[in-house]
Amino acid sequence: MDLLNAFVALLNFVIIPATAYGSQLALGALGVTLIYGILRFSNFAHGDTMAFGAMITILVTWMFQAIGISLGPLPTALLALPFGIAATAGMMLLTDRWVYRFYRAQKAKPIILVMASLGVMFVLNGIVRVIIGPGEQQFNDGARFIINARDFKEMTGLSEGLAFRSSQGITIVVTVIAVAALFWFLNRTRTGKSMRAYSDNEDLALLSGINPEKVVRVTWILAAILATTAGVLYGLDKAFKPFTYFQLLLPIFASAIVGGLGNPLGAIAGGYIIAFSEVTLTYAWKKVLTHALPESMAPDGLVQLLSTDYKYAVSFTILVIVLIFKPYGLFRGKAV
Amino acid sequence: MKKLLLASAATLLATAATAEDVKLGVLLGFTGPIESMAVNMGAGAELAVKEVNDSGKFMDGATVVPVRADSTCIDSAAATAAAERLITSEGVAGIMGAACSGVTGAVLANVARPNGMVMISPSATSPALSEAEDDGLFFRTPPSDARQGVVMAEILKEKGINSVALTYTNNDYGKGLADSFQAAFEGMGGEVTISAAHEDDKADYSAEVGALASAGGEILVVAGYADRGGAGIVRASLDTGAFDTFHFPDGMVSDATIGKFGADVDGSGGQLPGSDSPGAEKFAEVVGDAFDPTSIFSAESYDAAAILLMAMQAAGSTDPKVYKDKVMEVANAPGEAILPGELGKAMEILAAGGDIDYVGATAVEFLENGDSAGSFREVVMDGGQFKTVGYR
Repeated sequence: MDLLNAFVALLNFVIIPATAYGSQLALGALGVTLIYGILRFSNFAHGDTMAFGAMITILVTWMFQAIGISLGPLPTALLALPFGIAATAGMMLLTDRWVYRFYRAQKAKPIILVMASLGVMFVLNGIVRVIIGPGEQQFNDGARFIINARDFKEMTGLSEGLAFRSSQGITIVVTVIAVAALFWFLNRTRTGKSMRAYSDNEDLALLSGINPEKVVRVTWILAAILATTAGVLYGLDKAFKPFTYFQLLLPIFASAIVGGLGNPLGAIAGGYIIAFSEVTLTYAWKKVLTHALPESMAPDGLVQLLSTDYKYAVSFTILVIVLIFKPYGLFRGKAV
Repeated sequence: MKKLLLASAATLLATAATAEDVKLGVLLGFTGPIESMAVNMGAGAELAVKEVNDSGKFMDGATVVPVRADSTCIDSAAATAAAERLITSEGVAGIMGAACSGVTGAVLANVARPNGMVMISPSATSPALSEAEDDGLFFRTPPSDARQGVVMAEILKEKGINSVALTYTNNDYGKGLADSFQAAFEGMGGEVTISAAHEDDKADYSAEVGALASAGGEILVVAGYADRGGAGIVRASLDTGAFDTFHFPDGMVSDATIGKFGADVDGSGGQLPGSDSPGAEKFAEVVGDAFDPTSIFSAESYDAAAILLMAMQAAGSTDPKVYKDKVMEVANAPGEAILPGELGKAMEILAAGGDIDYVGATAVEFLENGDSAGSFREVVMDGGQFKTVGYR
């Protein structure tokens, strides 16, 4: 029995990866939920917006690297992030002007907007591939590790290593900052309050003199900030590849719906719930249990509930269960 | 319109083969998981073609024109379409290819057999192809993975490693190699703690590595691709500290592995098809500075193309139905031994009705079923480079 080693193994293979992944999902789901709450449609283009924002950030990062600007131990991409956000916000405002505004003026049904967003998704999909190509891009520079597995073993004398990558640390810190800023904005500023009012009751908000076009613009800009940040963090932590962003759409929507579409708090909770379920259900518990249990009870098998291939099935299953028993999500959002 | 017609007439003239020209299909995975290897494989095949052309003795002075086509390595539909194009629209006399086991099986079954086309693959190593129905049309210059699995087990055993975790790319190549290795290793008393498939092209492999780490083992055997999932597995293993030594079968012994990990995986071993026959040295001389002569499957590609052309010469015909029976004859004993750089001499002997035994760059010797008997080069990662430690 060796509880300390068990805890380190758990931290290394479950808690740290799941927290970082959950943060990325939470940021993505926040963007989806914000657009759903205020513009009232599910934005399928969100995954590819993340890819677009990450792509611009990567291009600017490469430019910075070429002229020798860096942030020392931090990745240069953080410096390039504001440029990525600006370009993505510009792109989203243009899409709104060219596509969504037309349907909004016609008071089109949400499903029509959803289909329009599907079209936007395919266009973005193509643009990203044309500009940066379909392949994998690495753009993470700076220190790779906060805690290195080998050093940790030597330092503590434990048999289990603990690795904490800088990209994971940055992901968690940036998520906390972004979420805090967003809640401050929504709850404390005049624009934020007018957005919530618009979301609660559109007609009443219009009657009290809120400018709907401004609310829509701010929503897109916020969504651009969240999407680009999420996209860059995901790319830093894993790798940038346009297709994986498209695949991220499912867990992101699952997170937003599980938490309750339209409810920012729900989106965050949903992100972590999905991430932790995916990781814990597909993790082989043999190592942790061998350390944690007395020797006579140590398992022979892998103690793995699901093969890792079924990762995405986990998000689907949770989604279905939540929709059956709590159709409004765990934190009461709007009906889907 | 007139201009367009003129232009198309000009291109037709430019591409139309003269009566003397013999086209040879070079069907390799120029895009996809092994694209980094395909560059030198294509160069190897074309080197053999050039050598034959330079000799001027092929089929009474005919010229061989290599025609490249992309077998993609993973997309069977694209590979069969490419092979179909080679045969019907280009009219090739033989196909040097395809490059990966899955697509090679598909091309063999759907295109080569129906059209009676001879195929010699320089890199399809799945054991399943040994039993594939081929009407005597299919050969391959690298040994089957059934053999590689046994060799890999022997190498690990001799290093004193008794317990390994095993992960493979989820396709014919990975599964075939993993199964043959596991059977051989367990037969020698070793333990495989887990044999888990991984999908290529995922952004994140920490879940897969979590399972592998949990199962444990002295080292991790990665039967994957250096450009894709295999690299992701190694990266995640190093990052989480799950494993720091690995064993790399042929798909992982590549420049991509050196570039991505280098000294980080020092001490890891591996093996790939290769021999210490004088052929390898001669091949390096023939290649010169054109490309890296030790890069994986480039020598096999040279041999595959050379054997096709020699079989044609021996039969005095470019008809696959006629020269397919000559493939064994030129590749195997008896006869005068032929090394790389001596293709002109071989053409001369064959034209005079003599018999040759093509040794080539990889000491080719075909078994009854068209497989190569095969030898392997054992490597170890040392100072960020793969160093050859021996042959077996």
